[in-house]
Amino acid sequence: MADLTSNFLGIKSPNPFWLASAPPTDKEYNVTRAFKAGWGGVVWKTLGEDPNVVNVNGPRYGAVYGADRRLLGLNNIELITDRPLEVNLREIKAVKLAWPDRAMIVSLMVPCEEASWKRILPLVEDTGADGIELNFGCPHGMSERGMGAAVGQVPEYIEMVARWCKQNTRMPVIVKLTPNITDIRYPARAAKAGGADAVSLINTISSITSVNLETFSPEPSIDGKGSHGGYCGPAVKPIALNMVAEIARDAEMRGLPISGIGGVTTWRDAAEFLALGAGNVQVCTAAMTYGFKIVEEMKSGLSQYLDEQGMSLDDLIGRAVPNVTDWQYLNLNYVTKARIDQDACIKCGRCYAACEDTSHQAISMSENRVFEVIDAECVACNLCVNVCPVDGCITMEELAAGAMDERTGKPVSPEYANWTTHPNNPGAVQAAE
Amino acid sequence: MSNSPFTSGIVPARLDAPALAENFADLHAPLDAHEALVAADRCYFCHDAPCITACPTSIDIPLFIRQIATGTPEAAARTIFDQNILGGMCARVCPTETLCEEACVREAAEGKPVLIGQLQRYATDTVMAAGLHPFTRAEATGKRIAVIGAGPAGLACAHRLAMKGHDVDIFDARPKGGGLNEYGIASYKSTNGFAAAEVEWLMQIGGIMLHTGKALGRDLSLDGLRGDYDAVFLAMGLAGVNALRAEGEGRDGVGDAVDFIADLRQAEDLAAIPVGRNVVVIGGGMTAIDAAVQSKLLGAESVTVVYRRGREAMPASRYEQDLAASKGVRFIFNAVPVEVLGNGAAAALRCEYTRAEGRDLQGTGEMFDLPADQILKAIGQTLQGAPEALALQGGKIAVNGPGRTSANGVWAGGDCASGGEDLTVTAVADGRDAAEDIHNALIGKG
Repeated sequence: MADLTSNFLGIKSPNPFWLASAPPTDKEYNVTRAFKAGWGGVVWKTLGEDPNVVNVNGPRYGAVYGADRRLLGLNNIELITDRPLEVNLREIKAVKLAWPDRAMIVSLMVPCEEASWKRILPLVEDTGADGIELNFGCPHGMSERGMGAAVGQVPEYIEMVARWCKQNTRMPVIVKLTPNITDIRYPARAAKAGGADAVSLINTISSITSVNLETFSPEPSIDGKGSHGGYCGPAVKPIALNMVAEIARDAEMRGLPISGIGGVTTWRDAAEFLALGAGNVQVCTAAMTYGFKIVEEMKSGLSQYLDEQGMSLDDLIGRAVPNVTDWQYLNLNYVTKARIDQDACIKCGRCYAACEDTSHQAISMSENRVFEVIDAECVACNLCVNVCPVDGCITMEELAAGAMDERTGKPVSPEYANWTTHPNNPGAVQAAE
Repeated sequence: MSNSPFTSGIVPARLDAPALAENFADLHAPLDAHEALVAADRCYFCHDAPCITACPTSIDIPLFIRQIATGTPEAAARTIFDQNILGGMCARVCPTETLCEEACVREAAEGKPVLIGQLQRYATDTVMAAGLHPFTRAEATGKRIAVIGAGPAGLACAHRLAMKGHDVDIFDARPKGGGLNEYGIASYKSTNGFAAAEVEWLMQIGGIMLHTGKALGRDLSLDGLRGDYDAVFLAMGLAGVNALRAEGEGRDGVGDAVDFIADLRQAEDLAAIPVGRNVVVIGGGMTAIDAAVQSKLLGAESVTVVYRRGREAMPASRYEQDLAASKGVRFIFNAVPVEVLGNGAAAALRCEYTRAEGRDLQGTGEMFDLPADQILKAIGQTLQGAPEALALQGGKIAVNGPGRTSANGVWAGGDCASGGEDLTVTAVADGRDAAEDIHNALIGKG
């Protein structure tokens, strides 16, 4: 069994799976259950100043489903903790005392005034917590009051508050970023400039999950009205992966630790975040969907994977970062063709419909439903692979250098060549002779 | 209760009322809304889907399942009824395991097809239970068509013709419409008077008059009909039953499986239906299975199906065979009856094993006796009283294309017509297609 012990900013935890700051981490009861289930750490649900906020008394969540009512996306309009500050601080202290080997991070959101931060930081420090996470991400409710995403959308504010925190506490400071911006690198750079020890991302995405077609209210509906919520769950993972990678490969931020968040549902999702540069991951929706027990699969899966790869956890972290590049550097001489495994094919014909109706007419269909790739038409777009319901039935096969590409009528070049030197590029640079 | 499965002879009330009610309940309980959504989610929405090709009425199955999945079973029902106005009954009685569900790609993928038949029932039941009839008639054409037989073929034809604005008179020899849907299908496949309700629902389109108790050749003549109507569609089914050609066939206790099934379907009280202690059913089709299973469900102690060929040649699907076996029916393959033994009434059936030599069967000479106080013949039905004016083919009314007979202005379909598989669903296709052809003949293709 691979060693999953995690060290993030010097904060040790028995595994890299933390519960994100969210409803599952709002109380001692839940967090104790999470630790019993095996979670490596938690980020306690965001604390604010007293008097405590209130929540709506109608539904807080909306959902997007896949087949068989699998929850693909969840959004919420819940605010930060709605319990008094003192209660939370007392419970945090008790849990940390009882579970010294687990990571205990406290999420914070107070007004953009140094006095507010100066007031709350010592109180948190007194709990024995391992670190703090600044919630600059929640897109709903609190942002209307100048907090959460309202801060995270202004890099200058991020830098300013991060600096206040670093100046007023010995605890490591993690800045949690909102994805509701155009380029994640700017707020991340601001966090680093302010002295933050790490960034965590992504927080939830502004969203309306559905509209009730009887009442014409957005869901979740509160007395016939709806407000945008924060979207999370498996549906947001691709957005999160990209933002994590953008930070990980940014020269200015090299070495800035990242806590990866966004749709982590299985060990595989977690491994992908780690490979793209996250030092650990935070999970919420998967736990809210299936309960805390999922961490067992995450631990056993990641451990088995590391063993099979002969890698340590540290070897995995950032392993894929050098392979994230700009489109202009992709090798245009890399040629693949779709291949259909006729033994695995169940003859549904979706590859044919997709290719014939919406792509390149590169799949033929015979009388008896045999589907074959027409190499002379196949541009290797991958759509057939993506729509095929049978895993591994359609694959992309690389044409070896020298092999004829029947579509272009030219042999595959062994040379790497990208857009920067392509003759159709008006700004092409002359290839070296 | 005086009788039990062990009472000798052919007697009623072998089981008490609760046991009979349980035995004859719906074979497949209808899907509820949750089950329907789960089942619908498994459909892959295949391109040019194999299930559509496998359906004799070419229902757009992926489309209606997608309509169920998106919360519009009414639209799904419309998709079904567009192709098959008896989609409700077909959802119950189609051998889906040899049609759409056999072709389902998830059968290939996982050995578990999408539950197409049950989903079809979910959609059609939704609409029929609400009393909605989603079709209206075109402007009246003034044309009149006579339909002989109110079974699936006749009803499908009449509905399509009525929809096109024609007036239709259906004549049926029995006291009720529905044909084999009403008289010829196992009770547990069509519970709660569904066949009669379906006829009533279908007639809501208007323009169709059903005249019962009117038989061709007895009360009506083809010449008379041709004179009175603009077109005639013959769909009277197969009224004759093949003989056993075994010695002692005339003994008491020897009867036709179709009559047994019809009596069961029409019974007010299942406890009143007499059944033997030891029942032997001769045959290998759906009629044999339906008779055997229902004999067992009525409380017969032993029920045996004797079929002359091997299992693989049996017309009844493996699914139906397994259903029968699960109810306790025993199968004996490669055997034929040679003599009904007994002193007056049947007491046993002497059979001989057979050996196939090509398509021919040879007796092996090895005999065995089965105790049998009731013997039900299910060895095929024959066309009776075909009008002399019509050419026959293989003992049925010869048709070509969409049901055209050798006589001008006369079409035929369903079991009485040549070709086809003698299924409800093929009969519906025959009726529908003949109606389109009749319409074209009367009105022109426009």
